[in-house]
Amino acid sequence: MKLRNWLVAAAAAVVAMPLAAVSASAYELTIPSMDYRTGPYAPNGIPFANGWTDYWTMLNERDGGINGVKIKVVPCETAYNTKQGVECYEKTKKEGSGALVYQPLSTGITYQLIPKASVDNIPIHSMGYGRTSAANGKIFKWVFNFPATYWSQASALVKYIGDKEGGMGKLKGKKITLVYHNSAYGKEPIRTLEELSKKHGFKFTALAVDHPGQEQKATWLKIRRDKPDWILMWGWGVMNQVAIKEAASIRFPMDHFIGVWWSGSENDVKPAGAAAKGYLSGAFHQPGKNFQVHRDILKHLYDAGKAPHPDFKDRVGEVLYNRGLVAALWGSEAVRAAMKIHNTKEITGAMMRDGYEALDVDAARLKELGAEGLTIPVKITCANHEGPRKVAVQQWDGKAWKIVSDFYDPDMDVIQPLIDEDSAKFAKENNITPRDCK
Amino acid sequence: MLFFMETVISGLLAGIMYSLVALGFVLIFKASGVFNFSQGVMALFAALTLVGLLSGTVPFTHVDNPSFAIPAWAAIPLTIIVMIIVAILIERFILRHLVNQEHIILFMAMVGLSYVFEGAGDIIWGSDVKVIDLGLPHGAWDWLLDTHGLYIEKIELVAAAAAVVLVVVLAAFFQKTRIGRALRAVADDHQAALSVGISLRYIWIIVWSVAGIVALVTGVVWGAKSGIQFSLSLIALKALPVLILGGFESIPGAIVGGLIIGVGEKLAEVFGGEVIVAIFGRWFEIDPGIFTATENWFAYVLALIFLLFRPQGLFGEKIIERV
Repeated sequence: MKLRNWLVAAAAAVVAMPLAAVSASAYELTIPSMDYRTGPYAPNGIPFANGWTDYWTMLNERDGGINGVKIKVVPCETAYNTKQGVECYEKTKKEGSGALVYQPLSTGITYQLIPKASVDNIPIHSMGYGRTSAANGKIFKWVFNFPATYWSQASALVKYIGDKEGGMGKLKGKKITLVYHNSAYGKEPIRTLEELSKKHGFKFTALAVDHPGQEQKATWLKIRRDKPDWILMWGWGVMNQVAIKEAASIRFPMDHFIGVWWSGSENDVKPAGAAAKGYLSGAFHQPGKNFQVHRDILKHLYDAGKAPHPDFKDRVGEVLYNRGLVAALWGSEAVRAAMKIHNTKEITGAMMRDGYEALDVDAARLKELGAEGLTIPVKITCANHEGPRKVAVQQWDGKAWKIVSDFYDPDMDVIQPLIDEDSAKFAKENNITPRDCK
Repeated sequence: MLFFMETVISGLLAGIMYSLVALGFVLIFKASGVFNFSQGVMALFAALTLVGLLSGTVPFTHVDNPSFAIPAWAAIPLTIIVMIIVAILIERFILRHLVNQEHIILFMAMVGLSYVFEGAGDIIWGSDVKVIDLGLPHGAWDWLLDTHGLYIEKIELVAAAAAVVLVVVLAAFFQKTRIGRALRAVADDHQAALSVGISLRYIWIIVWSVAGIVALVTGVVWGAKSGIQFSLSLIALKALPVLILGGFESIPGAIVGGLIIGVGEKLAEVFGGEVIVAIFGRWFEIDPGIFTATENWFAYVLALIFLLFRPQGLFGEKIIERV
């Protein structure tokens, strides 16, 4: 009997060993992709999702993953709907080896996921959107919003206006109007712009446009009556296209009309045609596909027939495509950093968070990644989850977007107190003790 | 005063744009008692089909092939044919099976149909923003702006002209033709219409085809303002308060309702804050800036008031039912 038991045990071990090996090698880097390929915001959601997905997929095809570990991209359709976004999060967070990072591409969804992230130990990268005060890493341990927040962007755009007016002192008495999407996202810059208007003496007016923004004639009649010197726009989806057409119709000078970086894609200007020429928007990366990383994507995915969405080959290099790509590029560097810090290839969400917090992608590293000049260097610290805080302005020349300014630093004298105040309020409401980042 | 005039005119013209959407609803409701929830998506689908044919988009691949592009004179009739085929399919697969069913069942079928249209549009033509080029004028009417300082958008004048033509043709169709009378008979009572030999199926196909053509006009005019994209389907939401005001069965009601909503919402958005401050400002400290983004919900407030005092709308038939 003993011999029989030994034989059974030996046989079980022989059978189990390869299974264990399979189980060990089954680890994949699970990256959820919160897409919106349907609904009214799909035209913007699609190129971002393609850029995000293509970069991770290209790493699989070109390099066999990251440090030999394959990447599994898990798409989930949010339709830019907060409720669906939360459902996607719940559905995908335990997918495969466990989700490593969420890029919700929606301020509304981000707000809902912030409390969940610290419970589930999964970092959120709300890249240039979401809750601005999450820049304070001492309080928002699980949220990263680099390379710049909406408040930084609002300040940078006001600096650009100041430059064009001949100095910040010339802003006194000028009229700046914000046309914003009437949502958590659209309202983000209002506080900053109010503070900046007090500091520089310009008259600030905010005009809301309700979702989706298909009809906004009355807003533009008000603008026609008030005759602002500059218009800023925090829009998304069809609101952008209609606003640009309305602005052109009332003959508002396009080079005095600046959108947030979510209002500056090819989709936004095409319906207005030639009338959109001169329109401006914020930017933190270059448009176009003249970078090695794009050549690699075209070669390893589209030309090799392995692109997840091959119909979009012609749109590689569009503004929102590049934004998704840059988000994935920074994410992949966070994976590498996490593997290095924890000396393992099988990282968890918590380890990924450490990777994000140790992120240091300088110009030299961008060059190694085939993205020299594509975007700005990023260095994240425990206290600063916003990173470089640099914003440029790009302009539509009728055919393509081109960066037309230097990168501006925001006015941190105005913004830092706002971040401290808002994040302290969040900490108090949620009983969070700020981390010691020394 | 000039600016006030400009606001009123812009409101009237915007109202006509809403009326165009409402017309499609009225047509189907008038003829079949069905509240066609999918009318907005039909407008989107029709416009997507037209722009797809114009730009040579290969269906299901979403890739434009200029050699397949069809000129407007052929693309428009082809789109109309597609909408007629759609009408036949709707009758064959949905309406035929729901004769004499409760209104709520028909309504739910229309909700489902809207999803089918949206999905089909997405699968066949893609989700991108598409630019429609039918040579429609854009921007302000330069002469009026340069000489009188009055701002009126040219595309809205085109919409007004289209609405006038549609209303005249449809009114004549309903009042003067045999088919029009049959349509009204079907709307009054399916069973009674059948008993006098009216073919319900034939009538439904005709009315859905006409609604498809109205949807095409609506989609093109609205699409010219924003590009053809999926948010176009949401214009249906603009038609609801128009229908409540004008009455679900009245073509003139759709026009008048649209005009009231258009003017009302523009005046509320542009002057509402100032009026409130002028009235209550002496007692309360009010920031007129908080009265922004009223443009979308003001129409629903008006509709609610109408529902309270005149639920059948301005031109609707008062329904008295034995309980």
